[in-house]
Amino acid sequence: MRQTYFVAMAVLVVALGPVACGKKKPPVARPVPPPVTTGGTTPSPNRPPAPPDPVPDTTPIPREPAITDDPLSSGDLDAINKNSPFQPVFYPLDSFEVDSAGQQALNTNAGILKKYPTWVITIEGHCDERGTAEYNLALGEKRALAAKTYLVSLGVPADRLRTVSYGKEFPFDPGHDEGAWKNNRRAHFVVTSK
Amino acid sequence: MKHIFVLVAAVAAGSAALVGQQPPANQPPPQRQEFKLTINGDSPGLPPKLGIAGFIPLSQDAETVAAAKTIGEVLFDDINYEREYYMIGKDTIATLPKPTSLDGVPLDRWKEVNANGVIVGTVEKTPAGVVVQVKLIDVRTGQQAFGKRYSGPIANPRRYAHTISDAIFQDQLALKGVAQTKLAFSSDRQGELAKGGVRNRDTQEIYIVDYDGANAVRVTNTTTLNVSPSWAPDNQAIAYTSWRPSAAGSFGVYQDIVLSFITAGTRLTPGGGSPDKQNYLPAWSPDGSKIAFTSNRDGNAEIYVMNKDGSGVRRMTNNPAIDVSPTWSPNNNQIAWTSDRTGQPKIYIMNADGTGQRMLIGDLKADRPTWSRGKFNEIAYAAQTGPGYDIKIYSFESGETTKITDGIGSNESPAFSPNGRHIAFTSTRNGKAQLFTVDRDGKNLRQITREGNNKFPNWSQ
Repeated sequence: MRQTYFVAMAVLVVALGPVACGKKKPPVARPVPPPVTTGGTTPSPNRPPAPPDPVPDTTPIPREPAITDDPLSSGDLDAINKNSPFQPVFYPLDSFEVDSAGQQALNTNAGILKKYPTWVITIEGHCDERGTAEYNLALGEKRALAAKTYLVSLGVPADRLRTVSYGKEFPFDPGHDEGAWKNNRRAHFVVTSK
Repeated sequence: MKHIFVLVAAVAAGSAALVGQQPPANQPPPQRQEFKLTINGDSPGLPPKLGIAGFIPLSQDAETVAAAKTIGEVLFDDINYEREYYMIGKDTIATLPKPTSLDGVPLDRWKEVNANGVIVGTVEKTPAGVVVQVKLIDVRTGQQAFGKRYSGPIANPRRYAHTISDAIFQDQLALKGVAQTKLAFSSDRQGELAKGGVRNRDTQEIYIVDYDGANAVRVTNTTTLNVSPSWAPDNQAIAYTSWRPSAAGSFGVYQDIVLSFITAGTRLTPGGGSPDKQNYLPAWSPDGSKIAFTSNRDGNAEIYVMNKDGSGVRRMTNNPAIDVSPTWSPNNNQIAWTSDRTGQPKIYIMNADGTGQRMLIGDLKADRPTWSRGKFNEIAYAAQTGPGYDIKIYSFESGETTKITDGIGSNESPAFSPNGRHIAFTSTRNGKAQLFTVDRDGKNLRQITREGNNKFPNWSQ
């Protein structure tokens, strides 16, 4: 097919040669449509070339989705959770109320869940170290449930949302100050199947 | 686990026949009276002074000598623990001639150091293991107040000391000692990572340790979190909370109560937990038949009771508040627990059928009540007293509460010893969470664990 191209170009150049001002111009490189076989005969040098035969309509080949750049759909659960797209929801002390920042985070999370409709997630409820270990098991549960309830109100099917509490047993921040405590009072999202 | 077989030798404890007048005719002859010799203090207000003269190894091989030394040392600590006797110091004892045999104790020298009672023993290696003999001698009269002979394996000689200590307390004071009891607890000392969707989380496994911190033994072997053990009253099983995968290899977990039958090596999950029905914080009833627990099966944390085989589940609380941490009264008729129905967690009480629910203790923020099974009717719990928590005791008799820890670190998860005299709890006073024991009057504080983070103690019966 390349040969056809060059022959065609050569024909054009040769045909145009005597008409031009005598200066030899390098062949013009034009963007070329996907090569197709021309059925025509080689035109004679003394006549302008016939326009190429109309290219018959081809069935467009559907574009394949990109192979890279979406580890979320192709990675295993470990990889997904390592680079989790989900945002945690943070809570005030002794509270399981989802504030406006929490709602924003959950709105984002709902969008992700819509994008990956097969994913099942577990919402973990966590507490800071200051309450008792036993009560915090239940408070963490309430935090996870509050996040789930809000997501369900946005239309996420409840059976895609599991909840579990870890109380204060798995702090994200090992510190003992306000910053660490705030960081630990959260609902945390884990993809558990996809 | 091998048991120590007790061979009770014929203890001639100085039985005195009834002396006196000829009984009247036509009446049965008087019963032969057992004379009980109790070691007493010098005067009614003073505790008796005891000295451990030593346990004599009857053979000089290293193992027997070491066992004899260990038994003497551990027995000292065991008897000291109940604070009923004044234990004569080891430096004083070092100035006295060592006993040469069970009958070869120089009592006149012990009188000089004001001992009321002396303990002497022997340790003899046998083909089967070891034989340990022990005597408690009344210094004033030279008479034997208590004597026993034990045989069993030579491994773990501490057990002989623990057995002897409990036997002496029972014999002399009708007191149930705790030297043979154990603490169950959660620990991350194994340094294993939990499997699942989030990195760098340590497992916590259930362990058992002697009441004095020796011989820690791992019970559970999972790749997850296990907390809040509760002993069965026959000490053959431990109930605990475990985070279990919802399917093999799944990252999704749920909480459920596991009963681990530690001598049989079997496990049950009578609560039938699942991601939609999670169970935690079990409390085994004193009569061994039921387990009270928390479950979210009806939408939020409520108290339930079930038979230990999982049948007969009965819901106790019914409100949107958090209801957690149940504990049984010693007679199985009442349950105390934590509820935040007024806004903050407080200690509540109800009948074991769920009726009669009322607030018991007014502390602002409180949790984890544990009901004593000793002679005082009281409940220990954790109360917020500052940045952290302290252990407090509520007395039913007086209606008063007493703080028994000192506001250093946070002190939580109290558990009464079976004789009600001691409380095990978790404290962060030294940085990491460790187990401590303290007496109900706040004295006799002891650190029990040192390795890793250790929490959620529960005392065996």
